[in-house]
Amino acid sequence: MNTPPNAPPPRNIDIKPPMTVGAPAVVVAPVADTEHIAIRAQGLDSWYGSVQALKGISLEIPKCRVTALIGPSGCGKSTFLRWINRMNDPIPGARASGTLTLHGDDLLSRSLDVVELRRRVGMVFQKPNPFTKSIYDNVAFGPRLHRSFRRTDLDELVENSLRAAALWDEVKDRLNSSALGLSGGQQQRLCIARAIAVGPEVLLMDEPCSALDPKSTASIEQLIRELETSYTIVIVTHNMQQAARVSDRTAFFFEGTLVECGSTDRIFTNPANKQTEDYVSGRFG
Amino acid sequence: MSNVAEISTATSRAAAANSRGTARSRAARIGTERVIRGGLLACALLSIVTTFTILAILLVQSASFFALPQVSAWEFFTGTTWAPLLGEEKHFGIWPLIAGTLLVTSIAAAFALPVGLVVAIYLSEYAPSRVRSILKPILEVLAGIPTVVYGFFALAVITPFLHDHVSESFGTFNALGAGLAVGIMILPIVASLSEDSLRAVPRSLRDAAFAMGGTRFDVSTKVVVPAALSGIVASWLLAITRAIGETMIVALAAGGLASMTLNPANEVQTMTAYMVQIFTGDAPAYGIEYKSSFAVATVLFVITLALTVVGNLFLRAFREEYE
Repeated sequence: MNTPPNAPPPRNIDIKPPMTVGAPAVVVAPVADTEHIAIRAQGLDSWYGSVQALKGISLEIPKCRVTALIGPSGCGKSTFLRWINRMNDPIPGARASGTLTLHGDDLLSRSLDVVELRRRVGMVFQKPNPFTKSIYDNVAFGPRLHRSFRRTDLDELVENSLRAAALWDEVKDRLNSSALGLSGGQQQRLCIARAIAVGPEVLLMDEPCSALDPKSTASIEQLIRELETSYTIVIVTHNMQQAARVSDRTAFFFEGTLVECGSTDRIFTNPANKQTEDYVSGRFG
Repeated sequence: MSNVAEISTATSRAAAANSRGTARSRAARIGTERVIRGGLLACALLSIVTTFTILAILLVQSASFFALPQVSAWEFFTGTTWAPLLGEEKHFGIWPLIAGTLLVTSIAAAFALPVGLVVAIYLSEYAPSRVRSILKPILEVLAGIPTVVYGFFALAVITPFLHDHVSESFGTFNALGAGLAVGIMILPIVASLSEDSLRAVPRSLRDAAFAMGGTRFDVSTKVVVPAALSGIVASWLLAITRAIGETMIVALAAGGLASMTLNPANEVQTMTAYMVQIFTGDAPAYGIEYKSSFAVATVLFVITLALTVVGNLFLRAFREEYE
């Protein structure tokens, strides 16, 4: 999946910024076609109590593309991700200011219906976390929360979600057995199927492969590539090779600030910022 | 470079200091270990020996009860008249005592199991940590109140309330008043053990359900409770075991008349209350009534043992779930 260096950008969504000289300024490459922006952050600040976790993040995330958030531990990338579906809400002392929108809807508004938001924004977690239920009931869980289905419709939805997560062929004969009997990689694909079944526009993935073996990781990465035609995907990863393999755009976070954002190809081959270059080349982090 | 030198000086000094200590002799080490091991084994054996001694005495005394000419084992296990003290002809049919026990236990369970579970869900899923830090100790205090206090609470508060506000037919001694008091007594057991198993459900499962747009109620009832179900059932079984074995409350508040009844306004006698009646002096020692209480105790022991075993099986199933 690695794009060879110096190849043309895979998708025409990046405008190379002018090289900045001197102080490491925040470099944000605007997405060319504003119609295709799904998520937009402007001057987003976030705190946990008195600790500021995000400092003035301005970032645009294109629709139906994979955007990778990279950076060392504690840089704020997960915090940013968890504001998109407001999973930070229950954390005591967590608050945010600035602008964060999903297709123009204010995600930080107090009046936002969080339940409705989470139908639109699915999430896949670091460790596979299937419910202690059957495979079928895991996938049907989300849809059942939001509406009642005729059995045949639900069967169809479960099948299609499992197919979309490339899991159907492996589990179609044991839909009623426990999800905990699946391998780690299968469990993670089940969690993806479960998120898809709710019908989201956006999929957030918080280090989805960090608990998996290389073979399962490869299958998840391939799946992410296939899903981007239908979903806007934001993936947090510690693995820079993974970011290079799966994403179209990469945003590099460091100590709560967004250092640089641009096409993955450019970030990895020709970063505008020295810190970014040091990080992606493995000199720190 | 100075750092490296510093570390090597320090390690050699540590080694020198270490060699100055007195060596602990191998014999002393092994001897101490043996004494400790023996002491621990003795303590463990004591509890086993006690249990089996009690069991042996129950069985021996029960056997001598059934050996008496006035007693028939058939009547004991099938009879519906329990009249060991009154009348010309004594009857030893245990079912009225079992019925009394079941009636009081059912009332207690009908109250405490659902309420205890709701309290546990509230504490684990809803309560802010400040509320929880106040409520949890209160529950623990409730669990520590001597049961005799619950007994006269039933007599002095619950039964008068039932008499005045529910029905005139509630007498001084009745199954409902005693059953509710037993229910209040076992409530903390259900709430505390269920809460433990609810809190043991991994956070990641809650996160998954919240991230799919589940409300707090969805997450509690559709994810957390099902995942903790075996622990909850175990807490229920252990609480029921406590209710069946409860003595003081029923001896005080349920009455002393063994009767085959399902009417909660009636006076009933439980198996435990019968034993209290015998051993507090209503019957001559070593007589037939005295021996009958051992037979009753054996039946009670078998019932509670069975429930404890089933409860532990559920707990074990629960423990295995997230390993």
